[in-house]
Amino acid sequence: MESILVLTHADETGSALNNASLEAVTAGLELASRLNAQLAIGIVAADATALSKCLPSEGARLLAVSGEAFAQARYATDAAACEALCRAVQPTIVLAPASSRFTRVAASVAHRLGGFIDTHISSIGGTDRVEATRWFYRQRVEAAISRDARPWFLLLDAGTYAAFAGATGTAQVEQVPVELPALRTMVSGFRAPTQGAQTIRPDAKMLFVAGAGWTKKQPDGQVHATEAGELIVGFLAATGASLGSSKSLVDQGGEGNSVLPFLTHLNQIGQTGSTPRHAKGLSTCCHGEEPHVVGWRFIGDRRAISLDPNCGWTRGKADVVYVADAFEVIAKVNALLGAAKA
Amino acid sequence: MPNALHIVVCAGIVPDPLQTLEPVTTAAGPGLKNEMVLPAVLDPWASSALYEAASLTTKNPGSRVWLVSLGPKAKLQAVMMTIAQKVAFELVPIDGPIGGFPEAHSTAAVLAETIAALPGLDRSHLLLFGGWESATRGAGVTLQLVGEILGIADQFQGVDQIDLREDGSFEVLERVEGGKHQVSVCAGTPAVLGWATGGLAEPRNNPQIGMANMRTIMPALQKAKVAKLEANGLSYVSVSLPKQQRTTRVVKDLSPDEIARELVEWIGAE
Ligand SMILES: Cc1cc2nc3c(=O)[nH]c(=O)nc-3n(C[C@H](O)[C@H](O)[C@H](O)COP(=O)(O)OP(=O)(O)OC[C@H]3O[C@@H](n4cnc5c(N)ncnc54)[C@H](O)[C@@H]3O)c2cc1C
Repeated sequence: MESILVLTHADETGSALNNASLEAVTAGLELASRLNAQLAIGIVAADATALSKCLPSEGARLLAVSGEAFAQARYATDAAACEALCRAVQPTIVLAPASSRFTRVAASVAHRLGGFIDTHISSIGGTDRVEATRWFYRQRVEAAISRDARPWFLLLDAGTYAAFAGATGTAQVEQVPVELPALRTMVSGFRAPTQGAQTIRPDAKMLFVAGAGWTKKQPDGQVHATEAGELIVGFLAATGASLGSSKSLVDQGGEGNSVLPFLTHLNQIGQTGSTPRHAKGLSTCCHGEEPHVVGWRFIGDRRAISLDPNCGWTRGKADVVYVADAFEVIAKVNALLGAAKA
Repeated sequence: MPNALHIVVCAGIVPDPLQTLEPVTTAAGPGLKNEMVLPAVLDPWASSALYEAASLTTKNPGSRVWLVSLGPKAKLQAVMMTIAQKVAFELVPIDGPIGGFPEAHSTAAVLAETIAALPGLDRSHLLLFGGWESATRGAGVTLQLVGEILGIADQFQGVDQIDLREDGSFEVLERVEGGKHQVSVCAGTPAVLGWATGGLAEPRNNPQIGMANMRTIMPALQKAKVAKLEANGLSYVSVSLPKQQRTTRVVKDLSPDEIARELVEWIGAE
């Protein structure tokens, strides 16, 4: 019989579980019920007592590793914490969110336990055995996989399950002791690569992509980078969209200084960028080449504005392509959104 | 030379991202159609790692860079012809299977065994570099496993910057959620750094570097050991292309005003 452990951790505030952890809890509850398996949930946090109140009140054994050393994400401490939770539960299947925190350690923990890991899992299914789907070649090829070996660690991509929202509250939490190695890494905090408002918003409904066309010579023979910047920032402010970029645009600045000062490589979408999940996406001044569009795999409704009637988006990659000048269209969109708000 | 570094870069080879990929079933499991003849490049994020390694060695005299790459010997040779022109390194080729479908733990075990046996490598000065994810399997686990097998207790993933200090400690910036970097200071080597984009552009071709590299690359390729990878219980139930084709409505005859109105309605729609 399978036994399942879901690993979870605190969010940046330390006072709640992060959303991806709550999604993993949902996956764990579903899988445990389907396999009729035992379920345990492990928490890694500075203070896990408050966090256990976000978790199911029954049907799962709750365990925690707590202490100041776990307030921050760090390889040595997080690997030790997850290892201790796994040794306490001895699960056959471990589910964990693919957060940066657990992605940094999960493979090593699997190795310490003599187990194996598969990551970027987008669904778990199967009838008489557990099967998981994931993408290969940067979202170009999809595969369903299975493993006979145990323990099997599965790292779940964010947004693939709904966050747990069932009855919470009263279960006891077992504290699991951890022996820490000597720490050689100190985490000093976070740094935003650009000044001003944060433009990457993973929870936004919409992705707005800016392509290199924004800073290229326009039909009047001039470059209008300042105006482009103002239009993009105006659109983001009016819609709350997350800002993505093509590689060509972020590369233009060189050595970290983009032509548009609010853009960095962290905004880049695609083959060597990110693959965010949003319900809608609007691409502007971007050609829609395959290495860019692979980053749109998990974007629902897709629209594009391009001057080029033969751009990549028109070839089955977007739902609607407007052959038009994005400067003109976005200026009008911003005006309409501004008027609606006023 | 307190900061002389021994940097080992793990980098695979991947199909050029502009190629069309089609999965097929081979005798050895899933693969890609015409995989052996598809043009290949050094894995992009691992390339960032290689360029950063080369830049660190120029700033820290006495340092060395090894490039450990597992793939079919003939493909490795073709890709190395290009990479050899960019930065100086000692190639450690391992003749093994191509592509994203071979199992990661097994790959990591072979890489770790090879690195542990590198003549002249001082593991107390080791920085183990690679991409934070490959462009093939894209699992982001191989480098971590290699580090774990080699007993390295400090690991960083999604790295965009390392700043080495006089005392041998270094500050690392790692990508975390929401477009930010986590800032850490590590006491010193050994450490694992899985690189994202980093801060360096692709170096220009330098024929002198190319010539120096080629003197060691060809003999290394001739001596490449052959690796067989285990499946470790992994099986593929199905491998397929996504149904990605959408029916695109191409709108050519609306004015900017009309498009803007349509878009605002779309943005507002739930
Ligand atoms: C190894 C490798 C990895 C790569 N990884 C990535 C990646 O991760 N992400 C990525 O994006 N790319 C990636 N690329 C690059 C990719 O192949 C394209 O070169 C890139 O996406 C092009 O960016 P673009 O469409 O913004 O620019 P361009 O190709 O220059 O296109 C600009 C577009 O803007 C349009 N335009 C200009 N002015 C206007 C206007 N006023 N209104 C409307 N439209 C206008 C033009 O018609 C044109 O279609 C990668 C390439 C390689 C080789």
